[in-house]
Amino acid sequence: MNGASIVQKHQNLEPVHLGQKDIPLVELPIGTIKPQFKISNLKVSYGAKEVLHGVDLDVFANVVTALIGPSGCGKSTFLRSLNRMTEVVRGTQVEGEILLDNENVFRMDVVKLRRRVGMVFQRPNPFPKSIFDNVAYGLRINGHHDSLSEAVEHSLRRAALWDEVKGQLHKSAYALSGGQQQRLCIARALAVNPEVLLLDEPCSALDPITTAKIEELLFQLKSSCTIVIVTHNMQQAARASDFTAFLLDGQLVEYQSTRKLFTTPSDPRTEAYITGRFG
Amino acid sequence: MLERVNATGLTPSFRPLRIYWERLRRGDEIAHVLTLIFASTVIGVTALLVYQLWIQSALSRQKFGWAFFATRVWDPVGGQFGALPFLYGTVVTSAIALLLAVPLGLGTAIFLSEFSAKRISDALAFLVDLLAAVPSVIYGLLGIFVLAPLLRVWVEPVLRSQFGFLPFFRGPAYGVGFLAAGLTLAIMVVPFIVSVSREVLISVPREQREAALALGATRWETISRAVVPFAKTGILGSVFLALARALGETMAVTMVIGNDPKISASLFAPGYSIAAVIANEFTEATGSLYLSALIELGLVLFLLTFVLNGLARLLVLATAQRGGLLE
Repeated sequence: MNGASIVQKHQNLEPVHLGQKDIPLVELPIGTIKPQFKISNLKVSYGAKEVLHGVDLDVFANVVTALIGPSGCGKSTFLRSLNRMTEVVRGTQVEGEILLDNENVFRMDVVKLRRRVGMVFQRPNPFPKSIFDNVAYGLRINGHHDSLSEAVEHSLRRAALWDEVKGQLHKSAYALSGGQQQRLCIARALAVNPEVLLLDEPCSALDPITTAKIEELLFQLKSSCTIVIVTHNMQQAARASDFTAFLLDGQLVEYQSTRKLFTTPSDPRTEAYITGRFG
Repeated sequence: MLERVNATGLTPSFRPLRIYWERLRRGDEIAHVLTLIFASTVIGVTALLVYQLWIQSALSRQKFGWAFFATRVWDPVGGQFGALPFLYGTVVTSAIALLLAVPLGLGTAIFLSEFSAKRISDALAFLVDLLAAVPSVIYGLLGIFVLAPLLRVWVEPVLRSQFGFLPFFRGPAYGVGFLAAGLTLAIMVVPFIVSVSREVLISVPREQREAALALGATRWETISRAVVPFAKTGILGSVFLALARALGETMAVTMVIGNDPKISASLFAPGYSIAAVIANEFTEATGSLYLSALIELGLVLFLLTFVLNGLARLLVLATAQRGGLLE
């Protein structure tokens, strides 16, 4: 089952307005999926430079949502605002509202928010520790010290890495290949059981075979958590996601089911981008 | 059989020389030879140093043998020389210095790299670097005129009344002694620890911090369980730099240690260090055995520094391998 087929499965698609007047309608299977994130009028600026100029978007639960757009369009910034990682960079200002299950993330304890919304980065960034300690890191800082090994095994299985590393859990994470390291980072994020997993171009440093493995993994994971992935690879968005949002110059241009966005985009700019005329 | 002739018209056996001359003209070989000479000079100087220390200490080595390290007597008049009090003084003062300077320096470095605003951090880092460049005789003055009276009047009596059950804090408070020397050394080596550790902490990749933060780590959890572990090799390096400085420090220690070749458990008591005794007695060393014993002390200090630095390298290497940084 690929990304498009979830839409095929629900034949009773109805047009739904996603919130902003100038954004085209989206086909959605009503009642089958609920929004996890409701984002309205999100503006982010670094110092004097505004990179997101008011984005409205709902991220649906238990699907894969892809964010595409040319470099510098603000897609990574958008992703990082969802777990408030924008605050790590000094001088960042965020305006607007982000609701996670109807709770304003800006009023939440940031530590709790990040435990609910995990993140995987562009370059694999394991800690210089053993494979086991990497996965157990999040559990330990959450105060879990019992049955760590079961939890670590479970997370490594979910990240489809268990079979490759089970005999060498106490070897250094740096001994793994790039793709294995990235799956280790996914396992590390999954260990604390997040409701949402954010991935910021997770395959940009990986070869095609490893990339395929990670895409397969996303597909398996979405039954248990919501996935938002930033990618500059349009084939990847088309293959691995259910919904795709196209951002351009800090604005949301189009947000559709992936199949519709890549077959019959409603905005001429989207069409220009996906056919490779710019970006 | 035809002789093979290449495009230059020369037979192959002539080519290497020709290429060599061409490279020589272009500077490659000159740079190679010149830098090789410089590098060999460094090694040569070190070797010469050891050789001289070894040769000139022959008299003392032959007379005392290994007992030199176990003898507590230093009697220039009677011709009895033992290194033990000086070894003890050097090791004890350096240990006090590190015990005080490592937490202080590391804490400062963490504050500067993680908590303070960048402007404050840069300004303070500049001051810290300045402190590292202050000549040691100035620290000696600070030790004599400020630290020693302070210790004698306030610190040592308080320590004795509160912790007098420990053998380290007994006996009369002289001011000058092991504690004063250790404290002065601590002040001197803190800048090294702060400066190097701060640089190392700042250079921990942003990805490492973000990985911890994204897992829901608090700021302190990020620092203590991701940033510092990542930087530990470099931090250890700064500690050993500080240790090397403390072991070899001469002037400041000479001014505050009390210059008495005795071994006492009390840190209040005056002692002596290897570097201090060499500096103090070299000019008055009459007789070749006296001189030879002082030179052997120099050899011992050299070896001590050498061995400790070697151990430090091994430790750094081992932790780096355990952390996987070298794989």
